[in-house]
Amino acid sequence: MFGLKDDWSYDMPERYFTLEDYEGGVARWCPGCGDLAVLTAVQKILRDAQQVPENTVCVSGIGCSSRFPHYMKTYGFHGLHGRPLPVACGVKSRRPELDVWVATGDGDCCSIGAGHWLHAIRYNMDMVVMLFDNNVYGLTKKQTSPTSPLGLKTNTHPQGAWLPPLDPLVAMLGFTNSSFVAQTVDWNPAHLQATLHAAWQHKGLGFVRILQRCPTYTDSVFEELQKDPSRLLLLTGAKQPALAAGVARIFVNQRDHDSLDLGAARSIASSAHERVPIGVLFQDESRPRYEDFTTVGLGMTPEQKLAALERELDRFAV
Amino acid sequence: MGKSDKAQALAEPKDPTITRVEEHTIEIVSDSGEGAQKAGQAYGAISARMGNGVWTVEIIPAEIKPPARSRAGASGIRVRVGSKPVTNMGDEADLVVALNEQVLYGRIAQKAYRKGTVVLLENRWADDPQEAIRVAYAEGLRHFREQGLVVHELALESACRKVTQDVAVGKNMFVLGMLCRICGRDPQKAREEIAAVFGKKSKDVVAKNHGLFDAGWRFAEEQIPLRFLIPPAPVTSRLCVMNGNQALGLGIMAAGMEMVAMYPITPATSASHYLAGVFGKVGGCVHQAEDEIAAIGFAIGASYAGKTACTITSGPGLALKTEFLGLAVMAEIPLVVVVVQRGGPSTGLPTKVEQGDLLAVLYGQPGDAPKIVIAAATIEECFHLPIAARRLAEAFRTPVIVLTDANLATGVAPVPRPEPQPDWLAPPLDLAAWDPAVPPYDWDERSGISPRPIPGQRGGEYVLTGLAHTKQSKVAYDPDSNQNGCAARSKKLAAFRGTLVPPTVEGDPDGDLLVVGWGSSLGAIREAVDRARGEGLRVSSLHVRFLSPLEPGLAAIFARFRQVMTVEINYSDEPDAPGVGPEYRRRAQLATLLRGETLVDVDCWSNVHGQPLRPGHIHAEIARRLGGGKH
Ligand SMILES: Cc1ncc(C[n+]2csc(CCOP(=O)(O)OP(=O)(O)O)c2C)c(N)n1
Repeated sequence: MFGLKDDWSYDMPERYFTLEDYEGGVARWCPGCGDLAVLTAVQKILRDAQQVPENTVCVSGIGCSSRFPHYMKTYGFHGLHGRPLPVACGVKSRRPELDVWVATGDGDCCSIGAGHWLHAIRYNMDMVVMLFDNNVYGLTKKQTSPTSPLGLKTNTHPQGAWLPPLDPLVAMLGFTNSSFVAQTVDWNPAHLQATLHAAWQHKGLGFVRILQRCPTYTDSVFEELQKDPSRLLLLTGAKQPALAAGVARIFVNQRDHDSLDLGAARSIASSAHERVPIGVLFQDESRPRYEDFTTVGLGMTPEQKLAALERELDRFAV
Repeated sequence: MGKSDKAQALAEPKDPTITRVEEHTIEIVSDSGEGAQKAGQAYGAISARMGNGVWTVEIIPAEIKPPARSRAGASGIRVRVGSKPVTNMGDEADLVVALNEQVLYGRIAQKAYRKGTVVLLENRWADDPQEAIRVAYAEGLRHFREQGLVVHELALESACRKVTQDVAVGKNMFVLGMLCRICGRDPQKAREEIAAVFGKKSKDVVAKNHGLFDAGWRFAEEQIPLRFLIPPAPVTSRLCVMNGNQALGLGIMAAGMEMVAMYPITPATSASHYLAGVFGKVGGCVHQAEDEIAAIGFAIGASYAGKTACTITSGPGLALKTEFLGLAVMAEIPLVVVVVQRGGPSTGLPTKVEQGDLLAVLYGQPGDAPKIVIAAATIEECFHLPIAARRLAEAFRTPVIVLTDANLATGVAPVPRPEPQPDWLAPPLDLAAWDPAVPPYDWDERSGISPRPIPGQRGGEYVLTGLAHTKQSKVAYDPDSNQNGCAARSKKLAAFRGTLVPPTVEGDPDGDLLVVGWGSSLGAIREAVDRARGEGLRVSSLHVRFLSPLEPGLAAIFARFRQVMTVEINYSDEPDAPGVGPEYRRRAQLATLLRGETLVDVDCWSNVHGQPLRPGHIHAEIARRLGGGKH
């Protein structure tokens, strides 16, 4: 960030941003909601990088978690339930220089927006997608979500959810188009921030599933995980988010993982019933990015456009 | 471009066997893949080069690869040529070239021909080795003659075989030569057109097609005793020949829009096909989205980021875009939505024309969703409306819907060549700092208009939301905020309406009947009304282009006529249908709108036959109402 350099010189920044410069008012989530931790993590990432606020756009759908843009002091787009990804991709399509973050819930992303989810993976545009997975519909007051555990009692399934959940990680790793798939938990701020930072650094769509506590409706779903860190599997290795030794130490189960190894990533993700993996499961920056196609011709001048148009009209002339 | 000497010479027939006509309609019908459409397009272009008015429309089979000689497989083209500009496909054809007899049945069922329509029919089927074909041919011949068609049997294919072995590919230019001879087309202009069409291929290909054209010309000279003269008008301006969807694509480029997000759907898709091939030349991009919801979402994303984008669709896709359209209204996002209408509801009539989406675009979103809606009446307007739409979208910070239809999408006609202007193009992004004292929705008290911050503008950071919001774009559920927001958005339409002039009445400013239309039926309505006026009927017409806000002054205009009737291609109950009656009659869409807006008892005449309206039918209805004329 700042400070004296080796040669004692000091660059005076024209603008200097503090956390406040990224804070858009008081977040109105329930006390104890995991969304707050994510908000703080993102603000810190931007502050640490001294990211210019007006160049960041936070796009969301509808849901508790989709309130996210309102609590950031950047540009924001709080759109329609299930549809943040097409909007985010559209923003990026002709303004590739903008820094785009997407906040989406498990209903937003994996149910109503599932079609867009798959295709956003395929477009692989350079953005961070944060899946706030609280295993339930929060805003509409406790309905079953596609990730609700079997038997979870909700207002639409008072006797308990009928079907086993779908696993967003297994789904994502099933596509050979994914370029970055990670998982983290809201209750470990260091891992959360490090993982989101890795997704942000990734060139392409950085997808992070965040296991997010909802104290109001799914108080118990992550209780065991939170109380017993041995249920988690910390992925380690050169390409994993850097964690302070003190933080890493709480995870008794660790596994060295090469995030380029899709086969290994799939097997780790499929064993989540034994140990829930956290870290970067898969990353491959060589996947094509859609903006490399949509931005062709961006710098064309009006003169060039008019000349091309004249030539095109001449093709229709008789 | 001056009128050629040849055209001058053609102006008056020297030879008494030549029939001089004001207008003339041909069709070429065949199995698909026989090149009929290419021949017809060339015939139309040659006529346009000569200075004739032209309207060309393709006859498209229902299947992609129909079996040969099948009734449903009729593929081909209709070309209507006139001395004056031609604005529609007209009534029944005068002259038909048919490459087998089966393809005529479907056209007869569509009432495309009248008694006396001349058919030049390929006769090789008479000696086909298969008995079933010989029988079918003889049966067809008898049937067509019973219908009153004048059939000439001709050995087209064997004549063509003298010039080329490859008759399957070459026959169409032979037919073109024949038609050009019969209809007095300028052979020099025809050769130019053929050279232009095949110019990308080798010189040999051009020469071969010139040879086929000459052979067809000679064949007509020797064997077909029919000659028409359709005097052209002097060519005074540069012309382009295009269909409505190409015009849309060109208009989108001329508007400086850089992003078109779409999902394939007939009849809108061909506009995107055209654009996909050329958009890159002006730095633009066609995004084929995963569905229509994503397409409009993507366009909205680009628009929000400062690059006003366009999404193109037809009925079923429009239905899917509903929720995002509401968001664009609510959050005041400039956006151009082009709807190329087809028959509905549901999957409806995918390839056929209807003007059935008017009320859906006006009222199809929950809540109050005011937006600008414009309808193109001509191919030329398909070019110009996207340019206007982008500017209006940005000036009024609103979605603008441009309605066209399958008739415009597939109709081909000469239009004055547009002269692109620098100020048609979208201005470059201005990311100068935003005054933080100005809220993101600084609604002007009178007009409701507000400037908008673009991501990247320092000091303009705001969160766009589809929830009810204040000027600061803060979510607000209190009574006043929602009322104020709705009022601000509604005021924009009032402000825009204040800039519009009342539409012009074609014909006398008062009379017994005013025919009101919108969209692609302009040409057919005018023609019908002209005919009726020629017969002394007191009828005028008026065409509405701005449907939201509606053009001003309509009630005052309507008051000067004894009857007002819309003519539309959408459903209305027949007034005397059982169980309907005047109190409970569901009327055509523009009529419904006009009745509400003007409190005038506007009547309607409409159908959903999936066909462009014919001047003859409209004329008959006018005559019926006014008790005169022949019908
Ligand atoms: C088209 C549409 N359908 C339904 C809703 C109602 N709705 C709003 S949020 C939501 C579910 C939210 O759950 P999730 O995406 O998991 O987010 P959370 O609130 O748990 O963060 C629903 C069904 C809506 N806004 N729009």
